[in-house]
Amino acid sequence: MTSSDLSMKRLVNNEEAWVSAAIFSHPDIYQQELEQIFARTWLFVGHECQIPNPGDFVRSRMGEEQVILTRGRDKKIYVLLNSCSHRGNMVCRYDEGHGLAFQCSFHGWTFSSDGKLINLPPGTEEAYAPDLRKEDWGLLSARVETFQGTVWANWDKSAPGLREFFGGAATYLSAGLSDAEGNPDGTELAGGVMRWRVGLNWKVPMPDLDTTHGWITHRSARGPVAGFGVGGGGGGDSYHVWFPEGHTHSMRVSDEVPAVNGFNAFQEYPLLQEYLTEHWSKRREKLGKLAEEFDMPHMFPNAGSTVGRMIRIMHPQGPAEAEMWSYILVDKAMPPEVKEACVRFHERRWGPNGMVQKDDMENWYVQTRYSKGFMTRWGLHQNNQLGMSNPSKHGPSTFGLPGMFHPQPTDENYRRFFERYSQYMEAKSWDELMIKDSPMVGATL
Amino acid sequence: MNSTLTIEDHLLRLEVEDFLWHEADLLDEFRYEEWLDLLTDDLTYWMPIRRNVPSRELEGEFTTEGAELSWYTDDKATMERRVLQIRTRVHWADEPFSRISHFITNVRILDSKNPDEVRVGCRFMFHRNRHDDEESNFVGKRIDTLRRTSEGWKIARREIYLDESVLLFKNFTNFF
Repeated sequence: MTSSDLSMKRLVNNEEAWVSAAIFSHPDIYQQELEQIFARTWLFVGHECQIPNPGDFVRSRMGEEQVILTRGRDKKIYVLLNSCSHRGNMVCRYDEGHGLAFQCSFHGWTFSSDGKLINLPPGTEEAYAPDLRKEDWGLLSARVETFQGTVWANWDKSAPGLREFFGGAATYLSAGLSDAEGNPDGTELAGGVMRWRVGLNWKVPMPDLDTTHGWITHRSARGPVAGFGVGGGGGGDSYHVWFPEGHTHSMRVSDEVPAVNGFNAFQEYPLLQEYLTEHWSKRREKLGKLAEEFDMPHMFPNAGSTVGRMIRIMHPQGPAEAEMWSYILVDKAMPPEVKEACVRFHERRWGPNGMVQKDDMENWYVQTRYSKGFMTRWGLHQNNQLGMSNPSKHGPSTFGLPGMFHPQPTDENYRRFFERYSQYMEAKSWDELMIKDSPMVGATL
Repeated sequence: MNSTLTIEDHLLRLEVEDFLWHEADLLDEFRYEEWLDLLTDDLTYWMPIRRNVPSRELEGEFTTEGAELSWYTDDKATMERRVLQIRTRVHWADEPFSRISHFITNVRILDSKNPDEVRVGCRFMFHRNRHDDEESNFVGKRIDTLRRTSEGWKIARREIYLDESVLLFKNFTNFF
């Protein structure tokens, strides 16, 4: 066994429940991830509200790559590789804007907002082979689907559709993207995106819904400092919820429909607390057991929310670096001062200046930075065994909710994330990745 | 260049500069409670997020104050919490403390029509060294509104314009 052996069984052992840290820093594994995972899964790229009119665009990312999220003249949404089909230069150098064409600054190939090649440099058209078909030389265009305003894209033509890719997690994602009254299309993004680089591998935070790190990682943010740990309340038991598609979530389930304990976590933002309380009975009526799920699940591979309305995407940026993007979701119906309270509540807790999350970044960074030696990569097996003595409870039979439930405290989400990760890393085609017996796919709330 | 500066203008600038350097010393020496005393109770501390926009549309470069996202939109109570967090000694983002140095330069009085509340512009460089080899250099411009009180100058408003669009450092752990 040498360190050049990168087979999955050496990296991820789900029977004994450990992973080798090599998966968090090895350059060859990283290159494989870009191809096996990021070039064939559905990836979160933004929200419809960012591009309301034809010609609107914002830059986003899919894996390492920059893409442009645009609204074409036909009002359809396009996601285009920000790389000229002539020499590969960036065709859009602005984070957002409006314009019906992208002209490359290198030689001047020009593309419409749906990605078609519309103009060649002056005087060259005839010199290209007479049979140059402009329609073959547009910007690379990804498949695009939307879900309650969020926009997702995929390079792989053989991948299943977005809903099938989501599986049972769609039910939870739907609740997380719904507004305070439970209206599925009632949310939008507040203006601005937090983007920051962290010296960590993109996978480190992804299945991190273990809820066992908070007591120590976030000890400095408790109670009077940042209100961490305030709220919660309600009865019932806490679970990890996992889906064979690779998505994970955590939630509390009780026989009673949850009461949320008066939204105590928001007590220092009374406008927000009152707003949520005022609409709570409608949300509870519409969403039932899922009414408390204001955050979205972690959607494989790299989209999730931290807590509440902050959407967090981990864009890989090399084996030991990631660019984190955070958006804040607000209700369309919120009065401006409530929107403002919602933004302040989240940005003071999560993001690079968030009193809760900045301690996460420290731990994630240190984990990656100091795990690049031979022994840290291969000698040490990182333990994911918490909760293995408990069997999973299959959703439908127990709670009437999709997914598989595993009682906390547990590393179940961690194990399941890496189980699915291994499948992607080894599968030669989507045929091998299709999930045939997803627990309660398409379940209604 | 403003050729009409009087000796009083120069003296005011020196006084303000000295205040800003004193403030930098408090931060670099982790004397956060004394630093909090330099903030007025109605403080606004704002650092918008920057975007890459066409040069003809520079007015859209920064996120707007209020309903849009920012790196900081804090009041004094929030600042006090941030200091409280550092003092828990389990705030891992800055435990152990980073070594930090604030450089304040290009100080100019932008508006002194009201002698008790002046607007001051400056550049900052804020260097952070952490653990063994972690290094950050925050560089940008600042516009402060300083108020003269019976206890001396205090900061009533601070606008911080960092040069970065994508923040190249993993988090903020100190103050600007």
